[in-house]
Amino acid sequence: MEQFLKDPSIYTLARGPLVWIAFLVFFVGMFYRIWKVLTLAKKEKIIYPYLSLKYTLRSITHWIIPYASISMRRHPWFTIITFVFHICLIFTPIFLLAHIELWYESWKIRWWSLPQSIADVMTVTVILCAILLLIRRVIQSDVRFLSTKGDYFALVITVLPFITGFLAHHELLLDYKIMLLIHFISGEIMLILIPFTKLSHMFLFWLTRAHTGSEFGAVRHSRDY
Amino acid sequence: MFGKISFNRKQVIDIGIDKTLETVSQEKINKAIERVLKKEASARLKVFVETCMRCGMCTNSCHHYLGHENDPTYAPAAKVKQTIWDILSKRGNVSKEDIKKYARIAFTECNLCRRCVQFCPFGIDIAYLISLVRRICCLIGVVPQYIYDQVLSHMQTTNMLWFRQDEWLDTIQWLEDELKTEIKNGKIPVGKKDAEVLYLAHGLEAKYMTGLLINMAKIMNVAKIDWTVPDTDGWDYTVKALYAQDLETIGKVIRTHYETALRLNVKRIVIGECGHAFRTAIYEGVRYLGWKEPPIPYIHGVEFFYELIRDRKIKIAKKIKEPVTIQDPCNIIRYKGMGKMLRYIVRELCENIIEMTPNDDHNYCCAAGGGMIDAGPPWKTARIEGGKVKAEQIRDTGAKIVIAPCHTCHKGIEDLNDYYKLGVHVKFLLDIIVEVMEIPEHMRA
Repeated sequence: MEQFLKDPSIYTLARGPLVWIAFLVFFVGMFYRIWKVLTLAKKEKIIYPYLSLKYTLRSITHWIIPYASISMRRHPWFTIITFVFHICLIFTPIFLLAHIELWYESWKIRWWSLPQSIADVMTVTVILCAILLLIRRVIQSDVRFLSTKGDYFALVITVLPFITGFLAHHELLLDYKIMLLIHFISGEIMLILIPFTKLSHMFLFWLTRAHTGSEFGAVRHSRDY
Repeated sequence: MFGKISFNRKQVIDIGIDKTLETVSQEKINKAIERVLKKEASARLKVFVETCMRCGMCTNSCHHYLGHENDPTYAPAAKVKQTIWDILSKRGNVSKEDIKKYARIAFTECNLCRRCVQFCPFGIDIAYLISLVRRICCLIGVVPQYIYDQVLSHMQTTNMLWFRQDEWLDTIQWLEDELKTEIKNGKIPVGKKDAEVLYLAHGLEAKYMTGLLINMAKIMNVAKIDWTVPDTDGWDYTVKALYAQDLETIGKVIRTHYETALRLNVKRIVIGECGHAFRTAIYEGVRYLGWKEPPIPYIHGVEFFYELIRDRKIKIAKKIKEPVTIQDPCNIIRYKGMGKMLRYIVRELCENIIEMTPNDDHNYCCAAGGGMIDAGPPWKTARIEGGKVKAEQIRDTGAKIVIAPCHTCHKGIEDLNDYYKLGVHVKFLLDIIVEVMEIPEHMRA
């Protein structure tokens, strides 16, 4: 932020104020969406009376542990790819040294960071997984039939910050600063879009599993995994 | 590999769909869509539609997909894409041709068995989304004729086959006479107050399958159950309105059942071996009426037989020796977890049990459920094709008897048996219990 005030340019704008705006939109958007769903669910009348914490947790546990559901065991490759994809996708940006240094610069807080070589491997993994997921989307007929522009778009938006971040760090393709600028902007676009696109499955997942898990476990006494 | 995938189906004429659409106005279609998608449905519809990542994990959980040579248009999510998503992306401006396609998918290519829900990483209730499509079709009046006729019958008579109240009483009377030829002083008490059990019958038990009602009466008499049947309309436990998603008629029928039970002051309602009725009575019906749970216990045949055998109220004289296999009806297993009780009963009745794989709450549907068999002869091929997986499962067990504790599964598997030449007998638990139970000498007529 200070840098932008001292030297206003598109680079410092994307590095400072836009990041805060992106985080603000992400969090406000996410909580607004969650609040909206919870209010709508009240209107539906048959959601809350049947919710059960025990079976919500049972359901979530069986779906966040690899191969804990019959469905995942039936799709071994897809499961491993998506798990690796999501783990790297979430942990790399949080524990990347370069990101933590930016937090330190603004808020004077820091936490454990990934060694650069591992962060590199994880970034490349995200990109490779995304390519595999894209290929699967195009090749597998049932998934191709289901896919819309939004699905391809979501995948591109997600993977773009990783590609640009990697290229910038290794000073490939474009000038370092320009690539970094693209990286900032693509990351900000992703954050802003999460609450309003398919990427909202990030937080809606917990809500649908709570409903279905409770409905299956507490009410219907059968397994949803 | 990259060929275009399209919705290709052989033409089938159903007057309930095709003829009705000729007279339906565009306004009526728009109104129905508006009512269902904007007023009746809310959180679940919105979240389910937005959360689906089109990952295809549900695809091969569906017996229709597997039964149609992995045609992607039969995949669970694809059925939602071609109906609900289509309506939403067209902002409700859909043509009559579209409605015809939606009706075909919702009524004849999905059994609402909810197996796909178990395979979805987000737990998206696809069966619920498909029932919304049925609801829209129902409000327009576009429902397979055979289902619609039964719904109309339910509206007027609370039973599925236009039976009048006096016909019911008359039927019970002659059935009691028949019962007496086998059980000394056998009784079918009608409208008795304060009884332990109110028995409701399947509509067909009063007309074409009266043997089932007599068998139930035998068990009640031998087990010395304090029971009764209704003396008024509301004796038929079926609720075909579930298939059409005619919520108002569901409410009317279920309310009649509970009101009859409360008027007769019985302790609980017992029904025979039927899936959809049980499910509607404890979920859809009570929820529509604004209750969280049934006002008095509503017991399925499997639960009832389980108690009788566990408490030794009926004794088993000899076990069945032939190899048997068990069909798990979705509406009582995946919807109510009765798998263990069912297996306990079968173990008590039979010596040689060979399980299908997968089974219990991961079973495959018989492909006749959720109204597909009630959609009548025009759609028989649809369920025979969809039932291919079930037929192969049964053939693989090598069993000679299939125990199907559900009217729909029973008839559905009988048809699969004929078509796929499985060479099995399909039986209700009731058939087998009566065959193997001990009838004390002094009770024999």
